[in-house]
Amino acid sequence: MPTATYAGTTVEVDDEGFFEDPDEWTEAMAPEIARAEGIDPLTEDHWRVLKFMRAEYADKGTGPTVRVLGKTSGVSVKELYQLFPKGPAKTAAKIAGIPKPRGCI
Amino acid sequence: MGEPIEKVSIIVSKGSLEGVYPALIMANGARAEGIEANLFFTFFGLDAVHKKRWEHIKVATVGNPGLHLASVAGVLPGVSSVMTHYLESKMEKLDIPSIPEFIEMIADTGAGLYGCKASVDLFGLTKDDLVDQIKDIITVGEFYEMAAGGHIIFT
Repeated sequence: MPTATYAGTTVEVDDEGFFEDPDEWTEAMAPEIARAEGIDPLTEDHWRVLKFMRAEYADKGTGPTVRVLGKTSGVSVKELYQLFPKGPAKTAAKIAGIPKPRGCI
Repeated sequence: MGEPIEKVSIIVSKGSLEGVYPALIMANGARAEGIEANLFFTFFGLDAVHKKRWEHIKVATVGNPGLHLASVAGVLPGVSSVMTHYLESKMEKLDIPSIPEFIEMIADTGAGLYGCKASVDLFGLTKDDLVDQIKDIITVGEFYEMAAGGHIIFT
């Protein structure tokens, strides 16, 4: 199992770098993961999305798709792609320490 | 694993529900993966971005063996509408957006949507007949320029 070290703590990740155990994630790790994804700094808007991702995952056991994010997070699809140009659902899930969302839409 | 895909250009040539959705899903999915995506609507595919038609895209019930419907039934009035309604209600349950909503969303992801000049001319259309998400009407040469360095998908 691959590992990664964020904020001085070693965590288990999958082949693509998504957390195996979302409980190992802390907010202090987020800026470091974001930097590796090319996002620096993490703004308040980024955090709004990250917190929404965490809450959705805790509630439903899976991260939301971009469509759900755009409809319910208060951040529009257009803004989501400006915040996370490499794919909002995927990138935000990685930074928020939850598994990669699976879905075709 | 091979080299990651960085750009896709998707040609939509059919105006049926089953012709349009796969192209939209592939374009949206590409953007979700951080892949640059352009959609090029040509021939009957233009219906998907035609202001008066994009809400009325229907399943082909004739010449569509995958539907498992007797050919003779497919030609009856209303059958295409009923089958379309049936599929749409199933898609809604799976949270798949309608074609207009999907196209708006794909434009918002930063994908480029274009109309094909030859087809627009053929059908006597102008840019005003097409939805606002269409950035431009382009020639096949311009399409190839735009597609350079990426993959081309024809649906």
